[in-house]
This record gives sequence, structure tokens and C-alpha cells, in this order.
Amino acid sequence: MLPLCQDVVLLDAEANSAEEAIRLAGDLLVKAGKVAPEYVEAMVKGYQDIGPYIVLAPGIAIPHARPEHGVKEQCVSLIRLNQPVAFGHPTNDPVRLVCAIGGVDDTGHIGMLQELAGVLGDSGKLEGILAAASYEELQQVMQ
Amino acid sequence: MRVVTVCGMGFGTSLMLLMEVQAIAKKHGFAVDGEAVDLGSAKGKDCDFMVASGEIASELDGESVEVVAIDNLLDKQEIEEKVMPVIRRIAETKGA
Repeated sequence: MLPLCQDVVLLDAEANSAEEAIRLAGDLLVKAGKVAPEYVEAMVKGYQDIGPYIVLAPGIAIPHARPEHGVKEQCVSLIRLNQPVAFGHPTNDPVRLVCAIGGVDDTGHIGMLQELAGVLGDSGKLEGILAAASYEELQQVMQ
Repeated sequence: MRVVTVCGMGFGTSLMLLMEVQAIAKKHGFAVDGEAVDLGSAKGKDCDFMVASGEIASELDGESVEVVAIDNLLDKQEIEEKVMPVIRRIAETKGA
């Protein structure tokens, strides 16, 4: 099961830029005590330095930084943007879902990534996530 | 044979790709070992081929091995269609 409790999910997020969207997804993890504030800065810097490759599939971005940038606990957040935002990706823009992820070592989060890929790569589940009217509905879709 | 998957930090998408490539290879009866690395460490890595997102792959055009570029990392079919011909070709070349 993905560690996605209600305090790291935001279904009606408003962001005007990729950077704002990354910060929103990251701030959820900060508030939940899973990462330090500098982790959010590292995610934004990663996006600025390395580019929009974090948009791994059409409409989906997974911003992240490295464990040493301030991850306290393996974690993932999910925000759904009311208005899609362009991240500058040639084929996968615009972005609707942003899942910020954090891991505490190089490989411990493989299981979490696999689960996330399993959910987001399932077109039925993805549709359900995009349509969910509440956190409870989202939870049902994710199971 | 050996694959190196590459992403910006060697931590997110490269790990996803490594797992997927190994699973696809296994399904077709090929053993592929490998490593997920960041872009900075990828250059000149000893391997038979590389796999990366399209964005990252374009930064790897100086490599001596083939670099497979994937657009949708959640699309198993795209990965399979792009990676399997490379795996088969390498297997033949190596006489495996």
C-alpha cells in the first residue's frame, strides 16, 4: 500500500507554474513531517537544472531529490491540478498529477515506485484518480 | 548482458526503468543485470546498452553503446517494443 494518507493528498490544487506545483506537492510532505523544507528546494533545483524529465508519462510528474537532501521517512504525496500546467516536456505536457517522492536510501523505495507505477500506469485507475470527488473515492481507486 | 538506466538523479525514473527492462527481458528469457545511475555518472559506463527518458537520452548521444529513449515510462508496451530488439541484437552479437 502506498503511504498516501489524507494529509499528503490535495485534489484541487492551484498552481500557475511547474515550480509552484512542485512546491505544493513538496510542502505537503514538509507539513506531514516526512521531509525537511530544504528537500522542496532541492526538488525545484533538480527541475530547473536537469529539466522536465520528471514528467514520466502524459500528464504525470514525479519530482524528487536525493535522500541526503532531507528525507526523514520514505514518502509520496499526490496533488491534482485544477488547471493543467506545462512543465516544458516535449511529449508529456501538460501535467495534471504531481507525485513528489522521497526515499531514505538508494533502493529502499523501489517497492513504492513499483506500486506507484502500477497505479498510474493502469489507465482505469488513472481515470479514477483524475475523476475522484473526494479523498475517500481516491482511496478506493488506489486500492 | 548489462544495461545502465539513466535519469537526472539516479533515483527515480532510472530505477523504474531498470525494474521494467529487467522484467521485460526476463519475460522473453534473457538475463539482464544492470544499474540505475544519474546523468553525471552515466558517461562512459561499461554496459551493452542504456535506457533513459527521451529528455535524458538526448544528453547521452556521445555514448559508444546504443541508447534507448522512452517517452512514456509507464507504458510497458512502448518500453518492450523499443528495448526487445536491442536485447535480441546484443544477444546475437554476443553469441549467447
